[in-house]
Amino acid sequence: MDYSEKYEVVIGLEVHAQLATESKLFCGDATSFGAAPNTHISPITMGHPGTLPKTNKKAVAYAIKMGMACNCEIEKENYFARKNYFYPDLPKGYQVSQHTTPICKGGYVTIKTAAGARNVQLNRIHLEEDAGKSIHDINPDFTCLDYNRAGVPLIEIVTEPDLFSADEAYQYVTEVRKLVRWIGVCDGNMEEGSLRCDANVSIRLKGETKLGTKVEVKNLNSIRNVKKAIEFEIQRMIALVESGGKVQQQTRSFDASDDTTFAIREKEEANDYRYFAEPDLSPFSLSDELLNDIKNSMPTLPAALLQQYIAEYGLNEYDATQLCLEKETADYFSSLVSHTSNYKAAANWMNGPLRQYMNEHKLSFDSFALAPEKLAGLLKLVEEGQLNFSIASSRILPVMIETGKDAATIATELNLLQVSDSNELETWVNGVIEKMPDKVAEYKKGKKGLIGLFVGEVKKVSKGKADPKLVTSLLEEKLK
Amino acid sequence: MEITDSVFEQLANLSRLSFSEEEKQHIKSDLQRMVSFIEKLDEVDIADVPPLLFMSNAVNVWREDEVRGSVSNSEALQNAPQHDEAFFQVPKVIKK
Repeated sequence: MDYSEKYEVVIGLEVHAQLATESKLFCGDATSFGAAPNTHISPITMGHPGTLPKTNKKAVAYAIKMGMACNCEIEKENYFARKNYFYPDLPKGYQVSQHTTPICKGGYVTIKTAAGARNVQLNRIHLEEDAGKSIHDINPDFTCLDYNRAGVPLIEIVTEPDLFSADEAYQYVTEVRKLVRWIGVCDGNMEEGSLRCDANVSIRLKGETKLGTKVEVKNLNSIRNVKKAIEFEIQRMIALVESGGKVQQQTRSFDASDDTTFAIREKEEANDYRYFAEPDLSPFSLSDELLNDIKNSMPTLPAALLQQYIAEYGLNEYDATQLCLEKETADYFSSLVSHTSNYKAAANWMNGPLRQYMNEHKLSFDSFALAPEKLAGLLKLVEEGQLNFSIASSRILPVMIETGKDAATIATELNLLQVSDSNELETWVNGVIEKMPDKVAEYKKGKKGLIGLFVGEVKKVSKGKADPKLVTSLLEEKLK
Repeated sequence: MEITDSVFEQLANLSRLSFSEEEKQHIKSDLQRMVSFIEKLDEVDIADVPPLLFMSNAVNVWREDEVRGSVSNSEALQNAPQHDEAFFQVPKVIKK
């Protein structure tokens, strides 16, 4: 039986994004990934007595940027709070977080699914420090701890329980990842843990307004796994309830080896974090001037850019969407269209031959050496009929990328420019007519579709250099 | 506020401390006296006083985003009760 008619799924997501700062949130230890264990730590990170933390201004600015990108209200009067709990990955015995005054309140992220576009409501975005890393499997007798990550700045982006399928959750995380990368506040690398996601999942009977008991699923280290874990959880809960059981409030972990989840802890008593204002850090107050400066530094966001590409450049939605997947791609396109007015061709080149070349050579637009004006030169030769598209994309483009020479030079060197010289064209056309007397007779009897065959033959003889438009009219003339 | 057995147990649990019955009675009455002492403050009317978040009037004490001030691995580990050449070590927190 299909239970999707009977039950409704409600999901809330918490996404932790590591801010792309050089140093930690409250001290000068480096944040770079992959250093030898316990080398990016200081007495502040370890919470030694007598140390005094200080807030990283850039981390605060990055959190505000994300808030602006998500249409949040920015809290002007902020202070940090201590969240107290004991766990070995937390060197101080508390995590510095924002409890009462999250820096960004409300807001939304727009997602697109098969059902259309919808705004997913956010609860808050707040700043906090990361914990260290526990390693359980390298020593048989002890848990080993690396505090390099402890104190690294994070924003936690918390939705309302406002997602209603695994697919919506997938689209939401995809969109958040795109946004943080677009505005440059996080590299979005889920394998390295720069972007992490926890999912709160519950089910209820359709029509019920009260939320069901939720299960929190952790350890979702890819967007695909977010979707798979939620799908598994939904099936597990429905099966449980249908067989007469009850969903227990618990924390579960995703096992990527078989796409299932397993319980890691039951919540027997409510958490008691005893939050209080962090006495070592001064409160901070955000001026209108600072907020305006940050606002003015924001790039055009992908949704607005997409509309601009459709409205100003006449692109279709698919092409525009492809160009707005990553900021580097969009920047390249914006630069390209400042050198050509053939917007449609520019989009086709970027989404076609260029993307194909980059995929094959594992390149990306942020480190792409071919200057947009050079590519525009190639487009111009094609537009003017001096090169045909397939020769331009298969033979000229790769050489341009590899040598940096301009298109006209390469085309001349390789003898690939189309010939519009009528003497040469006439020789080719006459040759083809002489070679195919039967077909010519058929054509003359009215089988006009054969013109394509003749043009193709001239193309072959000329090795693609004959301008097909001129060839066609010349053939029509001669076969009258 | 009365320090009941359940309040006492919760505090002990949060502090990861355990007590003998004898210690418990002793500490319970100490705690009760401390709480009563602090409750004296309830007599002051603070309805119009904003909460004190910080001990000075300083706001916006920022750091620029610069890397500096880390210690070496061996310095970092030297005060730890248990460590090897790279890691801090604690008793196993996950049973396998």
